[in-house]
Amino acid sequence: MTDASIQTTKTETGEAGFGDYFALLKPRVMSLVVFTALVGLLVAPVGVNPVVGLASILFIAVGGGASGALNMWWDADIDRKMKRTLTRPIPSGKVEEGEAFAIGITLSVMAVVMLGLAANLMAAALLAFTILFYVVIYTMWLKRWTPQNIVIGGAAGAFPPMIGWAVATGGISIESVLMFALTFAWTPPHFWALALFTKGDYANAGVPMLTVTHGRKATRNHILGYTFALAAVAIALGLTSVGGPTYMVIALVLNAMFIKGAWDVFRRTDVDSEADSHKAERGLFKLSLAYLFLHYGALLVEASLKPFGLGGWG
Amino acid sequence: MVIKAEHELHKRRLSRNIGLGLVLVGFVALVYGLTVVKVGELYQPEAASEASK
Repeated sequence: MTDASIQTTKTETGEAGFGDYFALLKPRVMSLVVFTALVGLLVAPVGVNPVVGLASILFIAVGGGASGALNMWWDADIDRKMKRTLTRPIPSGKVEEGEAFAIGITLSVMAVVMLGLAANLMAAALLAFTILFYVVIYTMWLKRWTPQNIVIGGAAGAFPPMIGWAVATGGISIESVLMFALTFAWTPPHFWALALFTKGDYANAGVPMLTVTHGRKATRNHILGYTFALAAVAIALGLTSVGGPTYMVIALVLNAMFIKGAWDVFRRTDVDSEADSHKAERGLFKLSLAYLFLHYGALLVEASLKPFGLGGWG
Repeated sequence: MVIKAEHELHKRRLSRNIGLGLVLVGFVALVYGLTVVKVGELYQPEAASEASK
């Protein structure tokens, strides 16, 4: 009887539902991937058949999700040590590590091959590089080695608009590189603003975070530095063929607000920050969420105005 | 030990099977749609004239 009950419990913990497997794909990250890839595809100067476009976005999302599953497989040991990640499918015991690896590899290969067949080889090669970059260079190599890990990880998250653009055009251009640079330069201030007001347990897990390795003052300096780089990229993107007056007005306002927010965070000490429950840091983080969404949204507005002779620089 | 006809375990398995089934049906539909588009592109006027050159 005892043996039977133990056996039952063991089997139950290994039986994951569909939602648990879906959670392996990091759906929240996938939503950003889908949105930015879709913008990259829609603002491109070449039209794409809707079925090909839909399939391509889906395969890009699956590729992004697959790299998330491989990330969870590799990081299962540290995910068990941090409160934030303890409920993920592997540390919670719902999905086994081997299953996550198998799902990640299978979906990665499938997504790359299918994107190559549906769109073109350039898009497939970029997706393959993104997965490789996120899993091998970021997750396996640099995440546990350097406090600049978030900068490098941000690069992987910045590729989707380039892939979307490549789906339509079959190539790389200054517009797609600047869209990449926008998300790339946005990630560090976004993440470090969050790190300044959350008590992460990365140190327990042996992950070097800038706030811990170089201190909070250095993190504030870094936020300001990246914010200036971000503003330059955002304005430069507005001067290309995908930009236009609407984008430029939105970009100017948002970047002025972002620089002001980063400046406020830069000037504060930890004592100031604790005194008002990290008001400026929280404000900058919230603004960063709207910042990226509105920039890509503005690019979409420009693209949708073009058929009426209104979008772009004429 | 009470053996229930419908256990939590069965529900999870059912959710997994239905989910996977839907994904496979969706994938087949997508590949079918892509095939129709790709084959259709071959018979577009430009493609036909290119082919005749």
